[in-house]
Amino acid sequence: MESMASLTEDSATAGEEQGGVRRRDFINVAAASFAGVGAVSVALPLINQMNPSADVLAEASTEIDLAAIQPGQTIKTIFRKQPLFVRHLTPAEIASAEKVSLGDLRDPQSLEDRTKAGKKQWLITMGVCTHLGCVPLGAGEGEVKGEFGGYFCPCHGSSYDTAARIRKGPAPRNLEVPPYEFTSDTAVKVG
Amino acid sequence: MSFPWANEYKPSNPLMRYLDEKLPLPRFVYNAVGAGYPVPRNLNYFWNFGVLAGVALMVQIVTGVVLAMHFAAESTVAFSSVEHIMRDVNAGWFLRYAHANGASMFFIVVYIHIFRGLFYGSYKPPREMVWHLGLVIFLLMMATAFMGYVLPWGQMSFWGAKVITGLFGAIPLVGEPIQTWLLGGFAPDNAALNRFFSLHFLLPFVILGVIILHVWALHIPGSSNPTGVEVKSEQDTVPFHPYYTAKDGVGVAAFFLLFALLVFFGPNFLGEPDNYIPANPLATPANIVPEWYFWPFYAILRAFTVDFLFIPAKLLGVLAMFAAILLLFFLPWLDTSAVRSGHYRPLFRKFFWFGLIPTIAILGYCGGSHATDGIVLVSQFAAAYYFAHFLIILPIISRVETTKPLPTSITEAVLGTAPGATLQPAE
Ligand code: HEM
Ligand code: FES
Repeated sequence: MESMASLTEDSATAGEEQGGVRRRDFINVAAASFAGVGAVSVALPLINQMNPSADVLAEASTEIDLAAIQPGQTIKTIFRKQPLFVRHLTPAEIASAEKVSLGDLRDPQSLEDRTKAGKKQWLITMGVCTHLGCVPLGAGEGEVKGEFGGYFCPCHGSSYDTAARIRKGPAPRNLEVPPYEFTSDTAVKVG
Repeated sequence: MSFPWANEYKPSNPLMRYLDEKLPLPRFVYNAVGAGYPVPRNLNYFWNFGVLAGVALMVQIVTGVVLAMHFAAESTVAFSSVEHIMRDVNAGWFLRYAHANGASMFFIVVYIHIFRGLFYGSYKPPREMVWHLGLVIFLLMMATAFMGYVLPWGQMSFWGAKVITGLFGAIPLVGEPIQTWLLGGFAPDNAALNRFFSLHFLLPFVILGVIILHVWALHIPGSSNPTGVEVKSEQDTVPFHPYYTAKDGVGVAAFFLLFALLVFFGPNFLGEPDNYIPANPLATPANIVPEWYFWPFYAILRAFTVDFLFIPAKLLGVLAMFAAILLLFFLPWLDTSAVRSGHYRPLFRKFFWFGLIPTIAILGYCGGSHATDGIVLVSQFAAAYYFAHFLIILPIISRVETTKPLPTSITEAVLGTAPGATLQPAE
């Protein structure tokens, strides 16, 4: 082995078997793993830069004053650059939402599930149709509210009821209720 | 590659000889699209459309790079920077209309190019790789055009971006994080606009790279031809230059004629008026429609209205839309007939002209219309036929059809079987 040391692949590695692992195999695997870890650690920031940046996230919460919103009225504001519906339900609308049995719903949720305890007149949802993301009608003065008296999406005809639950049309889910909390009796912080 | 009788590059000019020694680029061009590339002598005008697609890409790159000098990819000013291009920049209206209609021309040309392949069986061995690379180009083109359409930041730009990225939201569990990641926010905004601009600038050059691979793969077996019979001898071919450079020249002239007609007489004919309204995240346009070249796929997307098993309708629509394109990758194995050209396949030809083509036209019409119940119903039947055509009808036809006898060679197809008929390409 020492006498005929040549530089060919075979003889450089042939005699060095140690439990089936050659020195060169180890070096290959180690080098490739090292490069692999390096590539991944560079790829991570490259992928992560696509996520919402700090300033976008900083706008991720919105405060709303409820005092001026009359029963039966809805305001449209913006939360995370998307429309947000804040609706002051009338007793009739509450009653109509509570009359529905959950078994009849595509996305079964009661009005209680979708509002805060003791504040079920305040229905706060995203104004984003769960079908393909259009803004449903029914929040603005004089807009059609659809068959179920809540919201109506003109894009493909999804109808939502007075608890903004999907009742008819292609949308799969109820209008999303964003995370929010009451900071006082007449103010909420969304996000 | 190519045939043994291909002309060899022999520059007489000493400068060209010097260049050939140092960097044989002219030799490469000569062998690729010059006198050194032997091409079947019987190509018809449908074989123009590859070159035309290349021309269209060049038009997009040139007009695009110039537009990028005046465009501002920032959500508060993007819309007005496009209006600035239209009103203030010298010849800006021309460049923008050329770019917007150039995209349409690009798709017209590419669709004809694809249908050529479908009819003449160009996707069959030995050209599967050419077909597959072509589909990659098609996917990249769609991504490029979609992102380009977002840039002027009008109502359709915004809502198009929202609906299309929303498609990813249909994926269970990871959908919404993916959508947020794609947009860099919770709805299309500055981050999305910027990255779309960056990618819209980049992708055409990626397309250029894939086109080089596409042509490279093509030049290994050489071009097919309307008979689908392979080249057998030198008399079946003529050199690309001057024969097809001249024929392509006629096509290029016709292309620019139609292009000019659009740009100068109907620059907004193919566009949506709503895109001249600045993006408004709080108001959806009454009817969100993509550009015409996406209509058939959009119709398939909207055709799914009921959940199936545990899969929600929305996800089904998204899957079907992508499947409609991915399906084409499997075509070489779905159509097993040994005969390539539709000319010699009576049954295939009927289903092509009276089945597939009208179906795609109907899907296109539905995709561009407001989704009423009637339109959705028609889309459902058409979408079902589209999939059935490739997955059921085509495999069956390939097995049961009696094909017509093929000519023994391209030359025979051109000159007939008369004993004295031999090679004599036009001087
Ligand atoms: C595959 C080739 C390309 C296609 C299919 C394509 C398609 C499009 C489309 C459909 C639009 C929207 C037009 C409108 O409604 O105003 C657009 C806009 C734009 N594109 Fe392209 N494009 C391509 C290549 C390029 C390249 C190479 C560049 C720059 C390097 C570029 C730069 C721009 C710019 C700056 C805009 C915004 C200005 C405008 O709206 O007219 N494009 N593109
Ligand atoms: S987006 Fe609302 S119904 Fe389709």
